[in-house]
Formats: sequence, structure tokens, C-alpha cells
Amino acid sequence: MRTIILVLAKRLLFVLPVVWAVVTLVFLLIHIVPGDPVRNALGDNATEVQVLEMKQKLGLDLPLSRQYFNYWSGVLRGDLGVSLVNPSDRVIEKILVRYPATIELALAGLAVAILFSIPLGVIAGTNRGKIIDNLTSIVALLGISTPGFVLGPLMIYLFAIKLDLLPVSGRYGLEYLILPAVTLGAALAAILTRMVRSSVIEELQEDYVRTARAKGLNERQVVYKHVLKNGLIPVVTVIGLQFGVLLAGAIITEVIFSWPGLGRLTIDAINSRDYPMVQGCILMIALTYIIANMLTDLAYRLLDPRIKLE
Amino acid sequence: MNRLGKFGLVIITIFFLVAIFAPVLAPYDPITQKLPNNNRQGAERLSPTWEHPFGLDDLGRDVLSRVIHGTKISMQVGVLVVLISTLIGMIVGAISGYYGGWVDRFFSGFLFNVFLSFPSILLAIAMVAFLGPSLHNLILALSVIGWVGYARLMRGQVLKVREYDFITAARAVGASDARILFLHVLPNAIQPLIVQASLGMAGAVLAEASLSFLGLGVQPPTPSWGVMLNDARSYLRIAPHMLLFPGVAVMLTVLAFNFVGDGLREWLDPKQKRS
Repeated sequence: MRTIILVLAKRLLFVLPVVWAVVTLVFLLIHIVPGDPVRNALGDNATEVQVLEMKQKLGLDLPLSRQYFNYWSGVLRGDLGVSLVNPSDRVIEKILVRYPATIELALAGLAVAILFSIPLGVIAGTNRGKIIDNLTSIVALLGISTPGFVLGPLMIYLFAIKLDLLPVSGRYGLEYLILPAVTLGAALAAILTRMVRSSVIEELQEDYVRTARAKGLNERQVVYKHVLKNGLIPVVTVIGLQFGVLLAGAIITEVIFSWPGLGRLTIDAINSRDYPMVQGCILMIALTYIIANMLTDLAYRLLDPRIKLE
Repeated sequence: MNRLGKFGLVIITIFFLVAIFAPVLAPYDPITQKLPNNNRQGAERLSPTWEHPFGLDDLGRDVLSRVIHGTKISMQVGVLVVLISTLIGMIVGAISGYYGGWVDRFFSGFLFNVFLSFPSILLAIAMVAFLGPSLHNLILALSVIGWVGYARLMRGQVLKVREYDFITAARAVGASDARILFLHVLPNAIQPLIVQASLGMAGAVLAEASLSFLGLGVQPPTPSWGVMLNDARSYLRIAPHMLLFPGVAVMLTVLAFNFVGDGLREWLDPKQKRS
């Protein structure tokens, strides 16, 4: 237990400068807007007085260093400011309301990817060269090159419109999660299937497989109890690396399916030029990604006993 | 090069030709709206006909012409983004790898990690959201997120190459650092970057389509595949061809660049393990 805490602490130390950079970058975003961000958001009908008032409210009239300090103290307190278009809305509250929906979608997408890729990858790897292998490769290739904004509407067309099996959009029950999760997880499933397949093929050539077979274990035991355990380690790494893509893909998926998550909040905020909200959303997504990476790193070290937990 | 790679090369060549000759090839103007004057009723009026092989979209614009002009935009973005990011990445990576020391620690230890800790498309979305959605800002944003991959690759290669004997020899003869970097290190380090560039084009085309889909890239009425796919969403029931043709275009492009990238990788490194 103590080693785990030590590893976590060490990793946290490395992550701190990155977190600092991320917060700083996000802070700077509102200052790269060409022109006046407040005026952009409030529109042409806003009076000078209104623009000035909003600027004061957001602290944009203060010197940059002071703004930076205020932003940091806000972040550390969990206060990400107020919405520019709806000043009675607190950014952090709106984000936290939507956050679980996005996590739910991301985890569902991950689950779909894993549930598909492991069996498919194993089947392809153990039947290398045969038709089922080639078929799997083709499907995997299609999965990688079909972007979410093509696959999503395609699935809506097939399953929601033509077959009328599943709902089109929204989040009102479990069946509403199916299409978005499959859309989100498809690309990752394709990548993982190829990885599992290569892993399985490689592991099958190892000596311990010969030993297991000589011991009399049937093929299924050999594959699932031994090959898979070793073969899954690179898969965990890939999942960690791809998690960011998953999060980014969630933005598109949420827009397609009107899923009430953080991604759609971000896009809506961008469209209404609600800059503080956009900053908050981006910060949350980036921090989630960093934490997820840390967790994957930890999981990876725990899974492979050959890696010293120092 | 393997068969798939050659196939991909053919597809890409076709796409590039279409992109270059778009104004001549497209049968109609991509943004002119026109009421279809065939004898069909309702949604049927928009469906593909001989006059409009890809059909019309909800505003009466010819889908084929829009797909052709979309090809031009995608290829433009892809080439520009890859050119800019490989250029920056090569320079930064080479300097970082060759000189080492605090330069290297700053770039690869700190800067790369900062960029890599952001899901890259998120940074692109952030930049375009604040700078304002336009093709110009899109290319800028994608280049900013793209250079890091090339820089890391280049640095790794340079770290290897600079230990080679002929580099030591060149230094002993008195060649300047710049000369060594350009004439000796770079040509030997560049192979993986070529592979990465091809895959990078696939990524750039995909990113442009994604961002335009979200309304953050090319603005309507300019026809980008991403914009077309977004328009198609509201008309799935009555005009699915609006989804089909730009969708296939995107998929083909990404597939083709991936094939070429994989083909190049195999071709350039025969020691690769085949599985």
C-alpha cells in the first residue's frame, strides 16, 4: 500500500508543472480574442455602459498579472467565474451538472470498445490468415477511418430511422446510451482489436504457451488464462493514450446525439461566445484527461509485476 | 510498396487532381441555390438524378460540385498543416536532439509534455473558439498541435544519428554545426517523418472535417465535407444522400492516407516485424 502511495505522489509531482501550464494556457485564451471579447458576446446592441459593467464583473479591466492571480485563486477554490451571457449562472455549477453525463458516455464508449475488441482480437489472432482474420481486419480498418460524425448519423439513419429500434437523441434511459456509446467506442474498438490481435499472435509464439499445451491445458484455457493476461498490458497503455481522443470524440458524439454533457456545453458556449464558460469547460476536460492518464499509468505499473514500483 | 499502399497512392492522386481542377471539374457552382425543376414531388426532388449525380442538398445546391470543392479545401488544409508542422517540428526536434543540455530539457522535458497532456483536438477547438472560426485560424490551430509529434520523432532520430562515426568525423574535420545538421544529420533522420507526414495528412483532413462539422472551421456557405455532414444531420430521413457522399469522401481520404503511410513504413524499413 505504501508503495502505491509513493508512486502516486511521485507522479503527482511530475504532473504539477503540466497542470500549471494548462491553467495558464486556459487563462490566456480569453486574451487572444481579436477585438473585444465582451462586446463580441454581448452583441452590437449592447451599450457602452453594459460592456464596461460586464468587463468589471469579469475583472477584465484589471492589469493582467492581477487577473492571473485572481484566476488561480479562483481555480484553487473551485470558482471558475460566471457566465458572460447569463451572469447569474456560475460556471463551475453548470459544468458539474453536465460532468457525470460525459463520464458516463466516455466509460460506456470504453466499455463498448473493450467488449468488442478483446473477443474479436483473440479470434483474429488465434485464426491468423484465415477468412475470419481478414474479415476482422477489414472491419477494423473501416472502424478507424469512419469518423464519429459519419458513423453517428449513419447509425441514427439505420437504427433510429429505418429500423426504428433505438432513439435518436437525448438522455432519458439506458437505450439512449447505446448508439452514442457505439459511435464513440467504434474507433477505439478498431485500434484495440488490431492491438489485441498482434499481442495474441506474439504471445502464442512464446515458450510458456508450449509448456501450457504440453501440460494438457485445452486451447481455451491457454488463451484466456495465460496469453490474454500478458497480452493485455500494451492494450492498457493504448487505452490510456487514446483516452484523450475518446474525450475529444465525446464532444462530437454529444453534439450529434444531443447528449447533455460537458462537450455539448462547450460547443454551445462557443457558439454564444460565452468565453468564461468555454475556458471552464476546456480546463475541466484537460484536467480530466491528465488525471485519467495518471490512473492509467498507475494501472499499468500494477499490472506488470516486472515493472518495479519505485 | 505493398498493394494497399499503391492503391492508396492512386486514390490520393485522384483526390489531388480533383482538388486542383475543382473549378473546372465541378458541373455547377457549389454555392448557388436552385429549385430542382424535375417532375418529382417532395423529398424525391432532391435525390440523385442524371443531371445531379449526387443529388441536391436542402438548399438546392449540387452535392457533387460541393464534394469536389470540399476536396480542394481538405487537400489544402492537409498539405498546409503538414508542411508547417513538419517544418517547425523538424527544426525544434533537430536542435533539441543535437544540442542536448538545457535546450533539450526545456523542449522535450517540459514543452512536449505540456502539449501532449492536452488532448490535441481540444487545444485546436480552444484556439479556434477564441480566435474566431475561419479556415485561416483552423490551419494555424492544427499546425500548432501538429508540430510536437514530428519534433519528438526528429529528436529521437537525431539522438541516434549524432552518435554515428561519420558525424564525429565531420566535426573533426571542422564542419560547422549548421552544416552537419543540414547535410548529414537531417537526411538520415528523416525517414520516419515521411511516414508520419502521410498519417498526419489523414489526421489533418479528419480534424478539419471535425472542426467544420462543429461549426468551428470553414464557415458556410463554403463547402467543406464537415459542414456538409453537419447540414445532412437534419435531413437524414428525407435526403440521406447528403450524408452518404461527403461521408464516403472523408472515409476514402483517411483510408488512402493510412494505406500510404503503412505502405511507406513497410517499404522504408524491411526489418519491420510482419504480423
